[in-house]
Amino acid sequence: MWRRWRALNEAGVMGINRRNADFIMRLNPRRNYPIVDNKLLTKALAIEHGVPVPALYGAIATPRELRLLPGMIADKQDFVLKPAHGSQGDGIIVIVDRRKGRYRTSGGRLLDWDELEHHLTNALSGQFSLGGLPDKVMVEYRVLFDPIFDEVSFQGVPDLRIIVYRGFPVMCMVRLPTRQSDGKANLHQGAVGAGINVATGVTLPAVGVGNVVLDEHPDTGAVISGRTIPHWRQILLMAARCYELTGLGYLGADIVLDAERGPLLLELNARPGLNVQIANQDGLRRRIAMLDPLAERSHSPEERVALARDLARRGYTAHRAA
Amino acid sequence: MKLRHLLILVLMLTATGMGLFLFKWQVLGFPVQAHRDADTWTVEARVSFSRATAGPVKVTLQLPTAPPGFVIFDEQFISRGYGLAMEGSGAARRAMWAVRRAQGDQALYYRATLFRGQGPAPPAHSTAFPAVPQLEEPYASALQDLVGRVRQESADIATFASAAMRVAQESDDTMRLLLGDRPDALARAQLVLNVLHSARIPSKIIQALRLGDDRRDVPLEYWIMVHTGEEWLYFDSRDGTRGLPANLLVWAWNAEPVFEVEGARSIAVSFSMRYTIEDALHVAERRTALKHPRIMEFSLLDLPLQTQSLYSILLLVPLGALLVVVLRNVIGISTFGTFMPVLVAMAFRETRLLNGVLLFVIIVAIGLSIRFYLERLRLLLVPRLAAVLTVVVLLMGVVSMMSHRLGMEVGLSVALFPMVIIAMTIERMSIIWEERGPAEAMKEGVGTLIAAAVIYAVMIQPGVRYFLLVFPEILLVLLAAILLLGRYTGYRLTELVRFRALAGGGK
Repeated sequence: MWRRWRALNEAGVMGINRRNADFIMRLNPRRNYPIVDNKLLTKALAIEHGVPVPALYGAIATPRELRLLPGMIADKQDFVLKPAHGSQGDGIIVIVDRRKGRYRTSGGRLLDWDELEHHLTNALSGQFSLGGLPDKVMVEYRVLFDPIFDEVSFQGVPDLRIIVYRGFPVMCMVRLPTRQSDGKANLHQGAVGAGINVATGVTLPAVGVGNVVLDEHPDTGAVISGRTIPHWRQILLMAARCYELTGLGYLGADIVLDAERGPLLLELNARPGLNVQIANQDGLRRRIAMLDPLAERSHSPEERVALARDLARRGYTAHRAA
Repeated sequence: MKLRHLLILVLMLTATGMGLFLFKWQVLGFPVQAHRDADTWTVEARVSFSRATAGPVKVTLQLPTAPPGFVIFDEQFISRGYGLAMEGSGAARRAMWAVRRAQGDQALYYRATLFRGQGPAPPAHSTAFPAVPQLEEPYASALQDLVGRVRQESADIATFASAAMRVAQESDDTMRLLLGDRPDALARAQLVLNVLHSARIPSKIIQALRLGDDRRDVPLEYWIMVHTGEEWLYFDSRDGTRGLPANLLVWAWNAEPVFEVEGARSIAVSFSMRYTIEDALHVAERRTALKHPRIMEFSLLDLPLQTQSLYSILLLVPLGALLVVVLRNVIGISTFGTFMPVLVAMAFRETRLLNGVLLFVIIVAIGLSIRFYLERLRLLLVPRLAAVLTVVVLLMGVVSMMSHRLGMEVGLSVALFPMVIIAMTIERMSIIWEERGPAEAMKEGVGTLIAAAVIYAVMIQPGVRYFLLVFPEILLVLLAAILLLGRYTGYRLTELVRFRALAGGGK
């Protein structure tokens, strides 16, 4: 047991305690949390900083305002309902189609208006929000995901999780929905995660439930590794800009690829999970140790992306300060 | 910088907590374990006298002073209408009662409560060589003769003293000459002292009481203390046995009468005593109150009993919290809510572990299925929670009734089970069940039960509860440990499993 401890430590693997004490508490000022916890605020600030996001159709704040929903979605066939303070993907409903007053979710379930209203009322009273406080529900554009991931995801939207340390994109993965995860790109719910080479934007083999390395998607059987993600530089740049946007030194940016609009920022996370290390088969602390000297000087987001990719190209080994 | 600050704080808290604890334990004698009994004696001296006509009376009674092997922690004087004054200190304390007009039979009481233990050092006695007693003939040569005999039968000071005492018990012609026809114990002791002083051995007569349970009219015994040049030895003046028995209470460090009465007749003193076993904690408390009254003012033991029993439970909560910190942050067990395991563990105290776990599982399981049913009715969040709460209370009632019918008393103690907590658990569990799947919900549920069982196992130790109540300053040490764990950045044990794939990947 002690040997494994030492091995993990040498590999620079970050544990929850260290993430909380040395990174989140040190780098993420609490007053900036509302920016990431409130997705409406995230969206507004992202637009301000030139980071593209899915278009907002409207927001519902009280059960009374539920009556406004049909108006918001009058001319839309598909949309996403998302609690503004939801965590870990809880409470999100993706409606892919409407027919005869019924709503079809991305998972294939058919909901009538009553069921939808019940879900939204629960969300408004805070069932999915941190601390159970009353919440708002956002109605937004449903991302038409880029076909690049079509054959390696089961319905839903695969998203990219990029860990940004002091403005540098340090580790990335793509989360692929499976049948088990009900179309959601959440690893807790059974999605599989595949690491991405920061330098090239090429995917690595995926890691699924129970730390199993699998190179094929459990539902589609297609090979996961070796796929090049389009717009890679732009994606990294968006993630890097989130540093200025939030003022958080350690954050996770969730980005999706839309077929028409390119990469869109879905949400930010001030306490990103540590599974990205498993997906990349690498320790976060090892990479961060290499980035720290660079972070001493201020750089523009473009410079940071270039430096981070340069570092990744050299495998995060010894380097000369740029 | 911040780390050093924290370390200093932790050090200070630990030092304060441990310091107070050690002081109370070592100096004040608070026992670290419950139900340690202490031998306690209540000794009463009754001075009685009578006076035919009204007039002034003055009574003096010698009081025990620093008796070896005993600690006096309570003294009472019962003397209605008499003025009381304490006189003297060191080797001779006296109580003086005085009254202007007294008539008829009178009795004064002195009552001391003693606890066996090492008290203050006995008063210092002069170890100077005594002067050889100057007697007239024929007593002088008779004494010389006696000293010669004793010396022949002895090898050193100790054996000399004990031989002197044996010889003094004889009743041959020499003895009759020296002591008269009907010698009393004091005269014999005085003779022994003369023999010892003739050999220039520092020695003294003292008076002592032999303690026994429920005895009355116990006579004072004369003992002789002899200095060997290094230490004082004690001898029974009647037979020369050496050493103070454990139940011998030195009452006066001299041979003078222990009481004097002026202005009255038919005077007498009698000693009675009683042996009681008291809780050592109680003894320590009273002793502390006597010596350091300030400390007892800040003790929880001074609170009313009902409040005390409440505190004895309250004080367990920080301990449970510390265990939760260890279980969550060092081991990595995931639980419902942060301190829910503590509350569940406290509930287990009422129901015992196995029954508690069973009840918890049954109620949560039934509650969960009802919650899933309520989900289909599409209720708003707060009314739904209220409904689950009501169902939980009903379930608890049913369980209690059923277990009562079946003759099991366990179910009845369920009443204190934190039903609001259970209702919240059901709610949270059902959400996790739906959002993250049954596996996750089960994992957290089992984690909560394991944590609660561990905390319960620690809390149930009677020693732990007693210890925290008597030494609440240990909470400072607990606080220090919690603060220190607050900076623990190592891996959680469960993370060693979670990241096992990375353990070999560093190469």
